[in-house]
Amino acid sequence: MIEFKKKPGLVIYLTAGDPDLATTLDMALAAIDNGADVIELGVPFSDPLADGPVIQRASERALAKGTKLTDVLVICKQLRAARPQTGIILFSYLNPVVRFGMEKFAHAAKDAGADGVLLTDMIVEEAAEYLKVMHEVGLAPVFLAAPTSPDERLKAIAENSQGFVYAISRLGTTGTRTELEADAEAVVRRLKQFTTLPIALGFGVSTPEHVKTVGGFADAAVVGSAIVGLVEKTDAADAAKAVGEFVKSLKGAEIGA
Amino acid sequence: MSTTASIVSPAPLPASSVPGRFGKYGGRYVPETLMAALLELDAAYAEAQADAAFHAELDGLLKEYVGRPTPLYFAKRLTETLGGAKIYLKREDLLHTGAHKINNALGQALLARRMGKQRIIAETGAGQHGVATATVCALFGMECVVYMGEEDMRRQELNVFRMRLLGAEVRGVASGSATLKDAINEAMRDWVTNVRTTFYILGSALGSHPYPTMVRDFHRVISKESKRQILEHEGRLPDAIVACVGGGSNAIGAFYEYIPDANVALIGVEAGGRGTGLGEHAARFQKIGGGIPGVLQGTYSYVLQDEAGQVATTHSVSAGLDYASVGPEHAMLHDSGRATYTSATDAEALDAVRVLSRTEGIIPALESAHAVAEAIKLAPKMGKDKILMVNVSGRGDKDIGIMTREMDLTGK
Repeated sequence: MIEFKKKPGLVIYLTAGDPDLATTLDMALAAIDNGADVIELGVPFSDPLADGPVIQRASERALAKGTKLTDVLVICKQLRAARPQTGIILFSYLNPVVRFGMEKFAHAAKDAGADGVLLTDMIVEEAAEYLKVMHEVGLAPVFLAAPTSPDERLKAIAENSQGFVYAISRLGTTGTRTELEADAEAVVRRLKQFTTLPIALGFGVSTPEHVKTVGGFADAAVVGSAIVGLVEKTDAADAAKAVGEFVKSLKGAEIGA
Repeated sequence: MSTTASIVSPAPLPASSVPGRFGKYGGRYVPETLMAALLELDAAYAEAQADAAFHAELDGLLKEYVGRPTPLYFAKRLTETLGGAKIYLKREDLLHTGAHKINNALGQALLARRMGKQRIIAETGAGQHGVATATVCALFGMECVVYMGEEDMRRQELNVFRMRLLGAEVRGVASGSATLKDAINEAMRDWVTNVRTTFYILGSALGSHPYPTMVRDFHRVISKESKRQILEHEGRLPDAIVACVGGGSNAIGAFYEYIPDANVALIGVEAGGRGTGLGEHAARFQKIGGGIPGVLQGTYSYVLQDEAGQVATTHSVSAGLDYASVGPEHAMLHDSGRATYTSATDAEALDAVRVLSRTEGIIPALESAHAVAEAIKLAPKMGKDKILMVNVSGRGDKDIGIMTREMDLTGK
């Protein structure tokens, strides 16, 4: 389930299938056991236009290994069996889901134990059918909110999201940054006018210091590219351990705060 | 017009509350970061459309700078050679910069100036849209960055030089198949990052609303002119119009004014490449091994993809037709049956270059040669009293390097 018990909560993104599916599962378990509240399992896509180079490369590696949406659902099910309480979000671009079939996907995701879904290129105005099937099967739709979104859009995004709202910290694609931008706090503050849902901030959140800063104004931090970049640099055999240690360091920032 | 699907959609997408739908196709499927910019663009475009001064300036520049109207030329020797329908060529190849692309680049640049955006980005496949964009940016003194796949930069190096000469920065894209699709991804990543200051001049009738509508509107001038011209020449409308379809901008411009004229056949010609297997062509509407509806780069249309929904690689001898999806309005025209879509192979296109060059003294772009190839097949089957119009969207100068490698002129 999606719950952030101690703030800031921690959402960890993994590109499923990079370096391989078994390691993805092990890394997710290590992240959870070291304090991750929610795991986002990323479905690799051939044209990840919202992503920076780190996640682009991870997607290419995962696709080269033949990773499919159905494989990600299998990993999701195994993860759910192993950790019944953790939040799990399936994170995908729209086309693999459209090809699989939206309704079929919703049922399969529910059966696999996912709590929610985030579709990168789905905006609220286009989401009527998507929301309908999400509600039917009881999955939380999570929408992105951007620094450029005017208030009326933030309101619609907040009202149509469940579980949490994913606030984008800055303009641009995913990727690590040395500093968080001023945009970050403003979008969270504006969202808070419209919702009591937890707000998780992502894009560029990459260090224990960032997580600590995010904790000052948001409910959770989403860490993606920093994890995926670490996976890229580490042998598959050592990846779970490395992810576990890194997640622990991210949580350490909170404990020391 | 009926929009009955002639194929089985794997997952009908929702009835959308977004304008800019073409039947069930089109829409807006983008990261939220771009939405404010798309809404701003939509509003600015609607305002410009309603402003007579905007049209006056655009029309003036189209006439004085771009060279409109383009001739509708009766191709007498080609007609005689093929022995069937009378063939007319709409000469978009005679426009400044060498292709139809400048109709749209100019329109969007005027819009960008109106919106106060000084930084322009664009993607390009064959380089014609990149050159057109670099040209209008030079004309208006704007900063210009063009994204181009590295494979296309190699194939169209002349256009890379032209863009740089015009003052644009050309950024190579190495990801994916390093062609048009990958250049669009990179341009969208730039836009998402610099959205507050940057105007994205998208080069085909693709992407999220309002682009497919806006790009079509700027190319509509092609069919407006050709309709008037054919009535002057023949006193009646043509029996068929043929245009090549990559993203589909020249085709939608050449077709648009004739859509209500049910007796005018509209024929789009896709890149048949070197085979019918996935990865060997860019024929999205091909019955077997073609595309199925999906979402790529912000719009719902036919997409060449594998069974897992991953976008397929494409191949064509012409860099400008080499795209995995197609403009959403074409998807609607296809499903409704108002337009039909066929393909020409690399070899047929190259042969058409030779035929048109030698019968009329016109060297077409490899993209446009696909339309000529269809005319070569079709005209002899039509009676001599029939009229076939071919949109020659661009000239072949940019392709001389490829033609030199691909064509053997020894002995003939």
